Amino acid sequence: MTESGNDLNGTRGITEAGGGVGTLTRDDFASDQEVRWCPGCGDYAILAAIQGVMPDLGIPPEKTVFVSGIGCSSRFPYYMNTYGVHGIHGRAPAIATGIASARPDLTVWVVTGDGDGLSIGGNHLIHALRRNVNLKILLFNNQIYGLTKGQYSPTSEEGKVTKSTPFGSVDHPFNPISLALGAEASFVARTLDVDRKHLTSVVRRAAAHRGSSFIEIYQNCNIFNDGAFIALTGKEGRSTNRIYLEHGKPIRFGPDASKGVRITPDGRAEIVAVGEAGDANLLVHDEHRDDPSLAFALSRLADGPTGPTPLGIFRAVDRPAYGDGMEHQLRSAADQQGPGDLSRLLNSGDVWTVN
Amino acid sequence: MSTQIAPPEGTDRKELDRVVIRFAGDSGDGMQLTGDRFTSVSAVFGNDLATMPDYPAEIRAPAGTLAGVSAFQIHFADFDILTPGDQPSVLVAMNPAALKANLKDLIPGGLLIVNTDAFDNNNLEKVGYTENPLTDGSLAGFQVYEIPMTTMTVESVKDTGVNKKEAERSKNMFALGVISWMYSRPLEPTIAWLEKKFAKKPHLAQANVAALKAGHAFGETAELSAFEIKPATLAPGTYRRITGNQALAYGLIAASVQSKLPLFLASYPITPASDILHELSRHKNFGVRTVQAEDEIAAAGMMVGAAFAGHLAITTTSGPGLDLKSESIGLAVSLELPMVIVDVQRGGPSTGLPTKTEQSDLLHAMYGRHGEAPLPIVAAYSPTSCFWAGIEACRIALKYMTPVILLTDGYLANSAEPWRVPSVDKLPDISIPFASQPNAGEDFWPYLRDETTLARPWAIPGTPGLEHRVGGLEKADGTGNISYDPDNHHLMTQLRAAKIKAIEEEVEPLEFDADEDAKVIILGWGGTYGAIGAAVRRLRNRGKPIARAHLKHLNPFPKNTGDVLRRFDKVVIPEINTGQLSRLIRAEFLIDTIGINKVRALPFRAGDLEQELLKIMES
Repeated sequence: MTESGNDLNGTRGITEAGGGVGTLTRDDFASDQEVRWCPGCGDYAILAAIQGVMPDLGIPPEKTVFVSGIGCSSRFPYYMNTYGVHGIHGRAPAIATGIASARPDLTVWVVTGDGDGLSIGGNHLIHALRRNVNLKILLFNNQIYGLTKGQYSPTSEEGKVTKSTPFGSVDHPFNPISLALGAEASFVARTLDVDRKHLTSVVRRAAAHRGSSFIEIYQNCNIFNDGAFIALTGKEGRSTNRIYLEHGKPIRFGPDASKGVRITPDGRAEIVAVGEAGDANLLVHDEHRDDPSLAFALSRLADGPTGPTPLGIFRAVDRPAYGDGMEHQLRSAADQQGPGDLSRLLNSGDVWTVN
Repeated sequence: MSTQIAPPEGTDRKELDRVVIRFAGDSGDGMQLTGDRFTSVSAVFGNDLATMPDYPAEIRAPAGTLAGVSAFQIHFADFDILTPGDQPSVLVAMNPAALKANLKDLIPGGLLIVNTDAFDNNNLEKVGYTENPLTDGSLAGFQVYEIPMTTMTVESVKDTGVNKKEAERSKNMFALGVISWMYSRPLEPTIAWLEKKFAKKPHLAQANVAALKAGHAFGETAELSAFEIKPATLAPGTYRRITGNQALAYGLIAASVQSKLPLFLASYPITPASDILHELSRHKNFGVRTVQAEDEIAAAGMMVGAAFAGHLAITTTSGPGLDLKSESIGLAVSLELPMVIVDVQRGGPSTGLPTKTEQSDLLHAMYGRHGEAPLPIVAAYSPTSCFWAGIEACRIALKYMTPVILLTDGYLANSAEPWRVPSVDKLPDISIPFASQPNAGEDFWPYLRDETTLARPWAIPGTPGLEHRVGGLEKADGTGNISYDPDNHHLMTQLRAAKIKAIEEEVEPLEFDADEDAKVIILGWGGTYGAIGAAVRRLRNRGKPIARAHLKHLNPFPKNTGDVLRRFDKVVIPEINTGQLSRLIRAEFLIDTIGINKVRALPFRAGDLEQELLKIMES
């Protein structure tokens, strides 16, 4: 047992577990609570993937916090044997910002959905990304409201017929990747609930990123929006429509990697046949490009997951994390002015004495 | 660091026990600064004092209009005073708009000092004067000093190299010089202050100092009336001047030190609370983290997060912000985590009167959440009491693991008074231990309560073995697991209420101050403390027996509240709302009350209260 002794973070009296974290298993991260999503829900696959990857991250359960808002996905923290807060609708990024900026020593995850994160909580999401708060944000996008039983969401396609849009939705949907890039998020990725290997690799990268990591996870709601991602998960689409982004490689996809992506002279990304365009003219994916405009162009390749759609890490750049910047200011203030002296503070300014 | 300053010698000065001066001018005329400097010098001189800024919500309303008038009132005396004064005895009016907006408050026969240069046709027309009040005889009931301040200021600064605009802007210092001569205030502290403020622009320092001295010399040469107000007899100690917002910020820092927890403030800018955010942002060497959130809701959410993480978590706001934070505060009640929500009340509803004061959020604080979500309410009652209130709110939050709402108001926030600086070693230790061990066999139950306080344990992330989840869903008492069981929900509803009610066992009893034979008690809360005190003093001077008490805890009430009130025939409750405390007192104790309710978004005047009380006592 060692004393962590971090006064600045207020963790007085907290002792760290001995023995290191090398021996952790999936069971160390799974709580004893019964999982209560609908049978067949994509959330199960995501939970399994996250619980599976946690032991490899080198962070013990007590240093891990899961924060959520309201919605089907937001039950997630109850199933993790870590610290957790099931908050209120849309506010998970705000609650998590409080935790992460108070305690830079913690790894804080936000689990949200398309309604929670992009509708009622859209403002908090973009500001967390803008600030680059040290959060791993998992946005489960099923393009529907599940918990309230089937209304259209801010990612539902135009014309969507739901209980609240019997004549079809006239709302234009958000593209979550475009939105995150527009907020200048430092880590932006997209993956699929059914692609365990890809999901795991993206989550691993997000966990290692210091700052805000934003992952959009296409997640099937088999009750209210079944098959929304069939273009990517169906037998045929699986091979023709998944555009896996790989850093440093020309973007190619489809059977025999016969298709590719290139940038047009006016700055758009377009899909081309590699044979016609030539391999040398394809866009070489660069996650670390500081300017987000090429990543944004890639995010516009697919308006919705109905055709060829990029998956993977759109952007991963280094930018100071919010809590770290705050802690740096505290340390330099204490260095320059000395630690706070309450008596001196109260007696500052114009003071006079009455005898 | 104490300073001793003697009044100017060699003048035959009339002695006064108290004066109320109001400085009034255009928003850009620097009246707040002028008042602030006069206050600072008066405080160090040793007078007791109370101030009240009165400024428009617009940053720069069109020049010369009534909407743009900014005023600052100071009441200073050689005895202990309780309010910034009902009506000024001296009015400094820098333009016709300032005269028109404030003349109705000047006492009959009061002293009126005007800047005649601003009384041109254009400025007169802007505020609807068809005749110049300086010449039409309408000011005959006052003693008027007509001074061409702008002209004399420009003349006095001509060697300092400032341009015309800068020269004219120094006229507030000329006015301060005139008033300083009249009321025996030394110039040196203000000169030193100006030289520091304009250290990088020495020509502006020179110009302002020149204007200040010119005003002072004018007062002397023109033989304006000169007065002396001796220092007040205050209890021995070290004093400083402080506003409510600053005292509250210091109280929160003190609570952080005394609880051994880092302070975390998340706030969204809102008048009149923003100065608390500004002040706390300056003290990072105390480990104070401040976040300017993207909105009020986010600020509340961040507070909840920081509380979960083990910090002393605070958010500060005013009425509209409290609306927006309500859902998060409900979550905090359900999570049973310690945090403090400061509401600096202002005129409502909606945007209302952002820069004015009111006491109209009491019922909002009490009931403004869906479901049954009780929480403690603490109210500051004077600018300096905000320091105490900050510590007390945090103490209750930590001891009982609950969000606490701390109510102040726009008047307390911006008003200043002398503060006897407390000794740090006399401040209470409000620290509580974090949970460090399993509490149910090998398990940790986050809702296993302390038998006395009913508080649940606070296990912060980073503590091995105590990993747990909390949330807004109803949870089973003890384990904290999600529970939809009807009986458990009934139990939890009762437990949440009982926990708050139990605080009455240890809040200080309601003190009351009663004359023998008093039949009437005046019960107040919050910022009316000074005005009620002054009214009671006046009634006693008239030989009217009376009793008074002032509530500092609004939920729960002190345990003896009902007993105290039942001793009297009549319970009178003055409030700057339509009777919110009255409703609570009637509901809680079945005691009828008589309200004195004026919702002018201004503090009560002691004289008005006195008259109202007399009517009630004689009815």
